[in-house]
Amino acid sequence: MTAAAPSPKANMGQPVPRYDAAAKVTGRATYASDMPLDNPAYAFLVTSAIAKGRIDRFDLDEAKGVRGVIEIVTHENAPKLKESKLFSNGGYAGTTIQPLKSADIAHDGEIIAVVVAESYEAAREAANRVKVSYTATAPSASFDSTGTTTAAAKGQNAQFKEDPAVGDFAKAFDAAEVKLTAAYDTPTQHHNPMELFSTSCAWMGDNLVIYEGSQFVYGLKHGVAEQLGIDADKVRVVNPYVGGGFGSRGSMTPRTAIIAGIAKRLGRPIKLVPTRDQGFTITTHRAETRQEIKLGANRDGKLLALRHEGAEVSSRADAYCVGGTKTTTRLYACPNVDSLVSIVRADRNTPGFMRSPPEVPYLFALESAMDELAVKLNMDPVELRRINDTNVEPIGGKPYTSRSLMACFDEAARAFGWAQRSPQPKSMSDGDWLIGYGCAATCYPTQMGPSAARVRVQRDGRTRVEIAGHEIGTGAYTVIAQTAAERLGVPLEKVAVFMGDSDLPPAPVAGGSNSTASTCSAVMMVCDQIRQRLFKAAMPAQSLTDRAKETVGLGQTPATQAAKGDRPLDIEKAFDALGVGVVEEYGEWKPEGAPLDSFRAMHNGQVRLVGGHAMKDQIAYAFGAEFVEVRVNRFTHEIRCPRLVGAFAAGRIMNPRTARSQLMGGLIWGMSSALLEGTEIDERNARYVNDNLADYLVPVNADVAGVEVILLSEQDDRINPVGVKGLGELANVGTNAAICNAIHHATGQRIRKLPVRLENIEV
Amino acid sequence: MRPFSYQRATDPDMAVQALSAAAAANNPLTQATAQPLAGGTTLIDLMKLDVTRPTAIVDINPLAQAWSAIEPGSDGLRLGALAKMSDVAAHAEIQRNYPVIANSLKLAASAQLRNMATLGGNVMQRTRCSYFRDVSYENCNKRNPGSGCAAMDGVNRMHAVLGTSDQCIATYPGDFAQALIALDAVVEITGKGGTRSMSFAELHKAPGNSPDIETTLQPGELISAFSIPGRWPRSVYLKARDRQSYEFALSSAAIALDVQGGTIRDARVGLGGVATMPWRAREAEALLKGQKFDEALAQRVADAAFADARGRRHNSFKIALGKRVVARALQQAVTMEI
Repeated sequence: MTAAAPSPKANMGQPVPRYDAAAKVTGRATYASDMPLDNPAYAFLVTSAIAKGRIDRFDLDEAKGVRGVIEIVTHENAPKLKESKLFSNGGYAGTTIQPLKSADIAHDGEIIAVVVAESYEAAREAANRVKVSYTATAPSASFDSTGTTTAAAKGQNAQFKEDPAVGDFAKAFDAAEVKLTAAYDTPTQHHNPMELFSTSCAWMGDNLVIYEGSQFVYGLKHGVAEQLGIDADKVRVVNPYVGGGFGSRGSMTPRTAIIAGIAKRLGRPIKLVPTRDQGFTITTHRAETRQEIKLGANRDGKLLALRHEGAEVSSRADAYCVGGTKTTTRLYACPNVDSLVSIVRADRNTPGFMRSPPEVPYLFALESAMDELAVKLNMDPVELRRINDTNVEPIGGKPYTSRSLMACFDEAARAFGWAQRSPQPKSMSDGDWLIGYGCAATCYPTQMGPSAARVRVQRDGRTRVEIAGHEIGTGAYTVIAQTAAERLGVPLEKVAVFMGDSDLPPAPVAGGSNSTASTCSAVMMVCDQIRQRLFKAAMPAQSLTDRAKETVGLGQTPATQAAKGDRPLDIEKAFDALGVGVVEEYGEWKPEGAPLDSFRAMHNGQVRLVGGHAMKDQIAYAFGAEFVEVRVNRFTHEIRCPRLVGAFAAGRIMNPRTARSQLMGGLIWGMSSALLEGTEIDERNARYVNDNLADYLVPVNADVAGVEVILLSEQDDRINPVGVKGLGELANVGTNAAICNAIHHATGQRIRKLPVRLENIEV
Repeated sequence: MRPFSYQRATDPDMAVQALSAAAAANNPLTQATAQPLAGGTTLIDLMKLDVTRPTAIVDINPLAQAWSAIEPGSDGLRLGALAKMSDVAAHAEIQRNYPVIANSLKLAASAQLRNMATLGGNVMQRTRCSYFRDVSYENCNKRNPGSGCAAMDGVNRMHAVLGTSDQCIATYPGDFAQALIALDAVVEITGKGGTRSMSFAELHKAPGNSPDIETTLQPGELISAFSIPGRWPRSVYLKARDRQSYEFALSSAAIALDVQGGTIRDARVGLGGVATMPWRAREAEALLKGQKFDEALAQRVADAAFADARGRRHNSFKIALGKRVVARALQQAVTMEI
């Protein structure tokens, strides 16, 4: 086994290579803009240069004069589209700000025109020649701007139902021996997946095919149908591969229906490939937050009082928020808890999901505060977590289905060499570099959603799995193939998986780290249906126990039955008995506690995730612990993070190779989030400034010297049939705090605002 | 990007001819309708962004055979303008006798860009000012003379603190030029009348009242070579930046010293990431000459180098940072083993 393919421990699958590895490394994997179209026209977007105001007029003469220009679509001649509600209000859209509807501008970079031409080059040149006159009014950019409005999230965001609270915070905080009050800021961030936000639309009569990288093909299909006012059965979304999602492709953006509408009118397929900087404003982003934490504790470290307040920026139109207090109020044993989330409305685009949406900003605050408290108590921060570890969350008193937080801390601490840390700040150095060690807890809710699947087995064992899941780079093809191969007892290489197509049986959004748990549970259930059909046909009913039918693969010897003289299932005999050449089963699976309308919603592209804190009698999270070494240059104050060590427990690990890869990527992104990433906003005009990959910094290879991922064994039979806790969003949660905690250790300086820049360091 | 004609120049005369033919009177070089193409790592970007709109591209890569030699001699170094950054950075004699040059190149850009980019193109690279590079902003005196400066009171963390004017605070982004200016390099220019030479320090212009005029080159002129007198084995390039690679300097120092018997005989200080053009801190150099090095001297030198610095809202930190970078680079240069 290599480092990339860790040896499986108990309750882990095999680290088989990715199902799609060869296709990807040879460039054969086809992304949205690679899909061949018959005689396409090319679209290029013109986006707004102001954040608030209105368009007075367009001067299109020069643009129309560019050879090859077919049409320039503005609000004056755009196809009429119906509104779609925000996903959190039962709709499909990531924003209700609909461009091209009127002359009004709601945010920077809003789509104000679409140039359609015979070539991409002509469309882009003509777009450059579009002249726009605006009347701009002063926009509110963010927290410090005048003209924003602030209100509690509860009551305006349907998904934010309560501000968690328990006990009497004020009294307990007042009486606490040790108190901490600290404020934390997190920045706007943008996902920047490798694949640009491309969309191609092709009509065949009344039927529309959309090629677009999406994390939710059913949602997009229904959303676009709604906006176009057509039957959803006429719309098909296809994306066998998605070049990174990270939340940016989870809900519908306005561009899709616009391109579909123009393609319909033109009677020609249209291909849109927006630029990188347009991606900053035509999709969603992670909103900036301002938070305050109050902690009260006994001298022995026992938490008595916790208050977490968070404010998040959203658009004027939509009350989006992530509300991470649902997690931070439940992570540690604390009898008196209070919290409040509020939303600040500014002249911005509506924010949206970005990898671990609630946990990244809110755990930065909590896990920084825990470190600050440990310093106040003169206590090892790991021990502070141990003292406040709990198997029962304090708000509703519900037990965690399983919780390996401290086991993760102990494993990661050992691997990292935490014992070698000299606790005093500024006490470790190496030449020009001050060295700091820091750690933090990480966690992410375990979520599942209703999913269907179709599985077809031929008599030679060749198997086809169909499910409208999404390969966003996580290894979804691979773990689904492994699930089917294992469950049916057929060789892995005989399993073919088809995903990323809304004509296939529905699966949930590839978000909230639910995909593996949901899709594999469905696939497993349908494989069991197939097996039962074959066993029933080939063996006398009483010969096999139900348990054996559920656990024995096709073609395998049922060990428990050998004593009875039973033989393994003869597949060919079973097929002969059934008198068919192919056995195919379709099934729909839903998690325990799923709402009554689950399956209907599933077919309508609506999300019904179950899990996390919202389960009835229990609470389900995956946990981890992250340790980092930070180096701060005493002359330049440059900050580097040469070592990241994380230990994680997330129920059954389907494939240690793909799991490690996701967790490693998460740790690196977490480091990026702490030290590099932040979208800069020009406060005067509410526009993004560093909207490109040269100025919006992400780590390069030289920044990532050492990343170690440790997978812990954990078995949890209370979450879902496959026993999986999603881990895609687990690793980038704790890193922000771990790095700031390490900077404190290196320099004695507490940083409470991300990203940390060298000018924030005073040594 | 807008349509343009493309022509390969197979000899210098042809290149000069093609570039001067399109040159209109009073048109600054940056807005000339014909632009030379070497590595293309800046020009093509700016064309895609619609910042630069040439109608003719003259590909000068065929001149590489004549213009890319790396010639270390006993009394100096000559570098062809079409030599690739990566080739020069990897050259053993340059690493030994001009570490400040090798490192300024090695610490710039990414491996892929260094393999494409040429020395001549590198010194001519344009600023990374976000407002300059985004044509949706009307007000950029560099791009739109007389229109104002969006950066002045905008997001200006990356902007210059030295050599600024009330018209422009855009940073000159390069690294190699700091080594050239510190080492008193001479630039050889090929134009209509043949070749001429001038001090590299005369090539770039401070923004003053005309930020759109960035160099003293005229349309139809090409940099053909650089000459660096002497040898500078005791030299360093120290670069502070947000990430470990592939990132522009927040502050950098190109330091070259001649130390004999503990006394600094000659000293050169170039500054990057902080100024509107390649920057030589002559006041700082003067303080070093004839002195013995200690920390207090380093501090005085650093203070002198930034005596005239002016910060704006987000970039004032560069003054303190720049001083520490200079002091540390001096220390490194003094103590380096050669």
